[in-house]
Amino acid sequence: MSKRVVNILVPLISIVLGLIIGAIVMAVSGFNPMDGYIALWNGIFMDTYTMGETVRQITPYVFAGLAVAFAFRTGLFNIGVEGQLIMGWLAAAYVGQAFELPTFIHIPLALLAAAAAGALWAFIPGLLKARLQVHEVIVTIMMNYIALHVANALIEVISGGAERTPKIHESASLRSEFFESITDYSRMHWGFLIALLVVILMWFILEKTTRGYELKAVGFNQHASQYAGMNVKKNIVLSMIISGAFAGLGGAMEALGTFENMSKLHGFTGIGFDGIAVALLGANQPFGVLLGAILFGSLKNGGLNMPSEAGVPVEVVSIVIALVIFFVASGYIIRVALERFSKKKKEVK
Amino acid sequence: MKKRKFGLALASLFAAGTILAACGGNEDTKETDTGKDTGKETTEQNFSVAMVTDTGGVDDRSFNQSTWEGIKAFGEENGLEKGDGGYDYLTSAAESDYVTNLNSLIRRDFDLVFAVGFALHGAVEEVADQQPDAQIAIIDEVVQGKDNVASIMFRANEASYLAGVAAALESKSGKIGFIGGMEGAIIGGFQAGFEAGVAAVNPDIKVDVQYAGSFTDEALGRTIAKRMYDSGVDIIFHAAGGVGKGLFAEAVERKKKDPEANVWAIGVDRDQYDEGKVDDNTNITLTSVLKRVDVAAQEVAKQTMEGNFPGGELITYGLSDQGVDLADSRGAIAEDTLAKVEEYKQQIIDGTVTVPEQPEK
Repeated sequence: MSKRVVNILVPLISIVLGLIIGAIVMAVSGFNPMDGYIALWNGIFMDTYTMGETVRQITPYVFAGLAVAFAFRTGLFNIGVEGQLIMGWLAAAYVGQAFELPTFIHIPLALLAAAAAGALWAFIPGLLKARLQVHEVIVTIMMNYIALHVANALIEVISGGAERTPKIHESASLRSEFFESITDYSRMHWGFLIALLVVILMWFILEKTTRGYELKAVGFNQHASQYAGMNVKKNIVLSMIISGAFAGLGGAMEALGTFENMSKLHGFTGIGFDGIAVALLGANQPFGVLLGAILFGSLKNGGLNMPSEAGVPVEVVSIVIALVIFFVASGYIIRVALERFSKKKKEVK
Repeated sequence: MKKRKFGLALASLFAAGTILAACGGNEDTKETDTGKDTGKETTEQNFSVAMVTDTGGVDDRSFNQSTWEGIKAFGEENGLEKGDGGYDYLTSAAESDYVTNLNSLIRRDFDLVFAVGFALHGAVEEVADQQPDAQIAIIDEVVQGKDNVASIMFRANEASYLAGVAAALESKSGKIGFIGGMEGAIIGGFQAGFEAGVAAVNPDIKVDVQYAGSFTDEALGRTIAKRMYDSGVDIIFHAAGGVGKGLFAEAVERKKKDPEANVWAIGVDRDQYDEGKVDDNTNITLTSVLKRVDVAAQEVAKQTMEGNFPGGELITYGLSDQGVDLADSRGAIAEDTLAKVEEYKQQIIDGTVTVPEQPEK
């Protein structure tokens, strides 16, 4: 079996397997799996509205996935994407409502603020890791909690004691009447273009620049990189900063696109944590992350339609979606199985 | 060669599956289309109502659940079935789901959609502009200037006032506590009413007020309750959601250790009698301040069915229309206290007593 066929077959078989097991779960729980999957399909592709919403859902996942993947390439496990995203969300929401500027300055400024806020939140664990060898997993997890409560407190200050920040000015909004008109008022916004640009940017940094080469080298082997004369500490901090900036931009998508403000959060958004799965699904490659985010976002948005159209409760929907992702992530097993399968056939021949 | 065929077979299977799914989708939309048509022709008979929960979910033992119970009761009363054209709910797992869920229900042609909780404010404003024909009712929040949105609020301060009266009359130590969730207008109403009720009976009693800064931190609720009971407080009223579980846990534990202990708790939102159970004969729940979201949901649904959707209006439910009340104390409160409470209740309904809406700063 040629390599190309295997590469196409593996994800396809994984998805089919996930869907089959998911169907069994639905059937056992007393729901019609066919109805369930039709509802899932409709929740992704039924009309322009659902498609617009699907794109909207995918957008922040791209950023979260890229953020995790970028740090991973340098050998760092950034669990703090959630917190960095929250800080980016807040920064963009603040800049969006506090100033009145022309659009071509306002949007870049808000994005920049979000990236900076996310980068700052990631800089702290990066610095601690580089200087004092404090494990970044612990620090980033704790920074998530700090971000959640700091953001809630700042929302109160910004809004003068209310539950949410004021709406951002039109000039900072990524939404467009054009998208609203073609997608029947979905919340789809220009953010997906920015997401695509950032995918290319990450690919460019990692594959085409000396700095990217160094970052990857540090990820492969710190000691060898040091021996080769690279500044490992500097690269660790830099990697976290870039990762945090990506996460912050993901927050800006929520601030400038989806919500156009920020409400006090009762708990984590979950986007940052899902970003870990998205990154691993995409094998930490920028274009892989894009595909992972598309799968994740589509399933999430399609799943919303399952309780509505097929009467499958949200809990079962979560299980089914988790199963699909589980099988895609364990593609390695299927790859091994396929190889065994083809070897045996050769022996028979 | 064989392997290639295998791959091809798999691929064609896939394509078939996709096409099948697509067909299914088409059929399905056709079905809903016809469903819509019949729905429109017979709007009078086939009134349908649905709700979107906040992130608490439909079984939160608080107002999401209460709203759903109201909608269910309304549906059963009018012979509706769960699902399209009857009554239904959608759970929101994240804040970004609010708009999607509201839209999805409106697209399924529900005549009235409830948005439960202040967190849905932004989503309701947005959807109301885009879907001018939709009829939306938001609970516990005011959305202004939209003709297709009705806002439902509760004068919880009135029932809290009665709880204050009862607590002041029942307290033996002369010390009473109040545990609030997060500071703000909604919980402020509970505090103000409660304090005013206590002061109306006995101005010398000072209510020990403490906010937890959370609606979920059960452990903190327990710590606060412990401190209050230790300082001699014998009755504590909480308006703090999940934090209140800590209060009940502490009170039950004290009662278990020492059956003579004089500790009581007052519940909130729904009748929390079950939370205060010590054993089959003992319960530390004095009463609960009820917020009858279910009554409100039923009533608004009924009005809307009759063609009187209160769009653009703010409806507040108070003691006079049973939107708020005290729960059955099941013997925990003495008869003469209950008579006194009833007296104050009448005075509030008549308007001779005005209950403050926010605590004095």
